[in-house]
Amino acid sequence: MKVTLQVWRQKNRTTTGDFVSYDVENVSGDMSFFEMLDMLNNSLISEGEDPISFDHDCREGICGTCGVSINGRAHGPLKGVTTCQLHMRSFSDGDVLVVEPWRASAFPVIRDLVVDRTSFDKIMEAGGYVSIKTGGTPDANAIPIPKFDAEEAMDSASCIGCGACVASCKNSSAMLFVGAKVSQFALLPQGKVERKERALNMVATMDDEGFGNCSNTGACEVECPKEISIINIARLNREFFKASFN
Amino acid sequence: MAWFFKFINSSIGKKFIMALTGLLLSLFLIIHLGNNLLLLVDEDIFNSLVGGLGGLKPLVRVIEVLLAILFMIHIINGIRLTIQNKKSSPQGNKVNSGTETASISSQTMAISGITILAFLIFHLRTIWVKFQEMHASQDHEFFNVVAESNIGFGNIWITIFYIIALILLSMHLKHGFQSAFQTFGLSDSRYKTIINCIAVFFWFVIPGLFITIAIYFGFFFNN
Repeated sequence: MKVTLQVWRQKNRTTTGDFVSYDVENVSGDMSFFEMLDMLNNSLISEGEDPISFDHDCREGICGTCGVSINGRAHGPLKGVTTCQLHMRSFSDGDVLVVEPWRASAFPVIRDLVVDRTSFDKIMEAGGYVSIKTGGTPDANAIPIPKFDAEEAMDSASCIGCGACVASCKNSSAMLFVGAKVSQFALLPQGKVERKERALNMVATMDDEGFGNCSNTGACEVECPKEISIINIARLNREFFKASFN
Repeated sequence: MAWFFKFINSSIGKKFIMALTGLLLSLFLIIHLGNNLLLLVDEDIFNSLVGGLGGLKPLVRVIEVLLAILFMIHIINGIRLTIQNKKSSPQGNKVNSGTETASISSQTMAISGITILAFLIFHLRTIWVKFQEMHASQDHEFFNVVAESNIGFGNIWITIFYIIALILLSMHLKHGFQSAFQTFGLSDSRYKTIINCIAVFFWFVIPGLFITIAIYFGFFFNN
């Protein structure tokens, strides 16, 4: 099949970018979206042009490195997958696809579709850890944890920090990311010790990094490739409220 | 007090203030609706009730001032949030995913809010000001002002404006309620079902009854 791409091209942080149109032919439905971009890049290189820069690593949907907006949807139209796991069979012959980087002032564009997500690292540094010696793998049930809590914590921990929540939010809010990180620790005994400082520090860093305020539209949970629920945001609000008033 | 200012200036604190003031303002709608439903019951009862409020002036004034303060906080905080959010998201996507990912009511809070404010100013400048004058001159024909006069439902354009504003109020409350309880961290609690029922009462039943009053007097009364 044939698709037309309108790709955001931007040389570096300081220049302004624009959309460039490319026709890509002989696209197989079994190709991943990135394999299709690889094919386009090969032809651009052979023509002496700059290839399109985009972030990727595992290409298995687990690392959280990749992520572009396709026709306004973070990670494309398919629910519960990262861009690397999106295949061209999700599109039709003759489709026009607008491919953009994550749009947020806290995620400045470095080049083309690559954005700087250091702001997420700073939020993690502010409290996304436990300050105890964890040692080796503990024996099962050495610390009794209710099944429901363990499941909830694992659901929250499945956040891969890709930034799709920020990209899909009209306010570029990072509340789903921070909510998932705060929840995963707050639900487990090892994380409860530092829950107060964690909620206060991670929210303060999130605000300092220039992310917007959550409007509770729920767009983030729709676009999250790991289908993290906005219940995590409700829990973050509770954690922050309790930490502020205690 | 430093912790308090730190809280209300944080992203979650600002949302919390928005939710709290919004909920308190919504409570007034119950009183106002209870009063207005008497329009459908009996002309004399409505006139005597509104007339009776003249005797409770000090209490009414206190409530009016409190409501005005709540409105100011809600509006100023809303403007502050909107400006910050625009700064955080200066460039949107070329293609807008529209309602694929979020409801219309959640994406139009600023527009619905501004329309409600415009409606409120208009409502106060016409009906409220007129009622104050009537209280002063001991004129108790309040029902006629609402049902028949040119500043009430006697004017078809005012009726249409009221209906549009009330539909937007319904949209504002639909997202506002869900959003407020999410902000309070209660959306996943055991009270979820009760909260959802209260939300339907506020965004559907209350605006629906106000619209019923507008439609009845605008299109059917005396016709």
